[in-house]
Amino acid sequence: MAISNTVRSALIAAALGAATATALAAVVIPTSAQNAAPAGGVSIDNFTFTPASLTVKAGTTVTWTNRDDIPHGIASSDNAFKKSKALDTDDNYSFTFTTPGTYQYFCYIHPHMVGTIVVEAATGSSATQ
Amino acid sequence: MGSDRDDGVSRRKVLECMTWAGTGVLWTISGGVPHSLGIMGEAQAQEAKSLTFLQLSDSHVGFDKPANPNALGTLEEAIVKVNALPQRPAFAIHTGDISHLSTAQQFDDADRIISQSRLDVHYVPGEHDFLDPDQTFYKDRYGRGTKGAGWYSFDASGVHFIGLVNVVNLKAGGLGDLGADQLEWLEDDVKHLSASTPVVVFAHIPLWTIYPDWGWGTDDAAQALAYLKRFGSVTVLNGHIHQVMQKVEGNVTFHTARSTAFPQPAPGQGPSPGPMKVPDEQLRTMLGIANVTFKQNDQRLAIIDTPLKV
Repeated sequence: MAISNTVRSALIAAALGAATATALAAVVIPTSAQNAAPAGGVSIDNFTFTPASLTVKAGTTVTWTNRDDIPHGIASSDNAFKKSKALDTDDNYSFTFTTPGTYQYFCYIHPHMVGTIVVEAATGSSATQ
Repeated sequence: MGSDRDDGVSRRKVLECMTWAGTGVLWTISGGVPHSLGIMGEAQAQEAKSLTFLQLSDSHVGFDKPANPNALGTLEEAIVKVNALPQRPAFAIHTGDISHLSTAQQFDDADRIISQSRLDVHYVPGEHDFLDPDQTFYKDRYGRGTKGAGWYSFDASGVHFIGLVNVVNLKAGGLGDLGADQLEWLEDDVKHLSASTPVVVFAHIPLWTIYPDWGWGTDDAAQALAYLKRFGSVTVLNGHIHQVMQKVEGNVTFHTARSTAFPQPAPGQGPSPGPMKVPDEQLRTMLGIANVTFKQNDQRLAIIDTPLKV
């Protein structure tokens, strides 16, 4: 399975949703985001993964971006995918999910932080984003 | 108890201690129990047989965010205060998060500053000290001769000190974790001790549950404390939460020390447990060190938490 550290999607900003205005002010939206087809983003803000559960199509590259002043790390709860290095402020980590399934993950530095990536078959008809 | 004119630390000197502004906790162990010298009623003249040691915590060397753009600088201020202490501590413990990101440079910088205290320092790691890709820097630098990820014990002035590691192999959804191997070692380590031996346990994440929503607790701490139940004096010293908090439960005193780097909110009083930005003039009042003094025949260690600035 391939890992890309470069993919950043504007979806990251969308994922922030109703987060605080100050948090939004800090968001950098890359103008040259790659066109790597369907992408997903998880923002880490205030020791929380947002969205807590993200549903994507198989083949999607999911990018986690740390917006906290404290490092976080992404690890699969059952070693289903490769763990990230420690992410300092504004660092990101990407992983391309090719196999449908439900992937539980957590911050290996602050394990009370948990999240889920749901990967649906690429041919499925249900729109999820 | 002697009078104020005894050979040990006089009441006047204790008062001097209390006005000292630094970043740590001064612990006194006397007769078996550590107590904070912050409790003046108990901070009476010490007998000759006493032990004072220093607690440093959460230096986060390398941290440079708005909550404190110069964490190395405030660590240095703390060490200056340590060196100005009227009663020189016998040694220091550091309860983890020495570095912010576990880089060699950050560990080097921390060592350069902390060594200016010329104190022996007994470390336990925080979660920020295991962030290098191979997780080898901490053990190589601070954990020589220790077991597992870095746990160990030693004796000083009749007090048994136990340094524990509760920041590795953390489980999804969990809190701090000691793990079966370390618990087994602990049970064995204290087995031979008489119940009258004062015990000081130190670890990074609190060994009592302060606020699980923020991860401020250790899942299997109860098992560790069960092994210590028979002891007349147990003092548990932690960091991680960047603020002073204390609880006494039976023979066990729990205490957390300030950080030298940045404050964190009181439990649940902020959006997250992350660094709390306070007005510049307030920052140093929320950073600090602790001194602990042990006195023979006293039930509790005396702990003085001293901020960098009053």
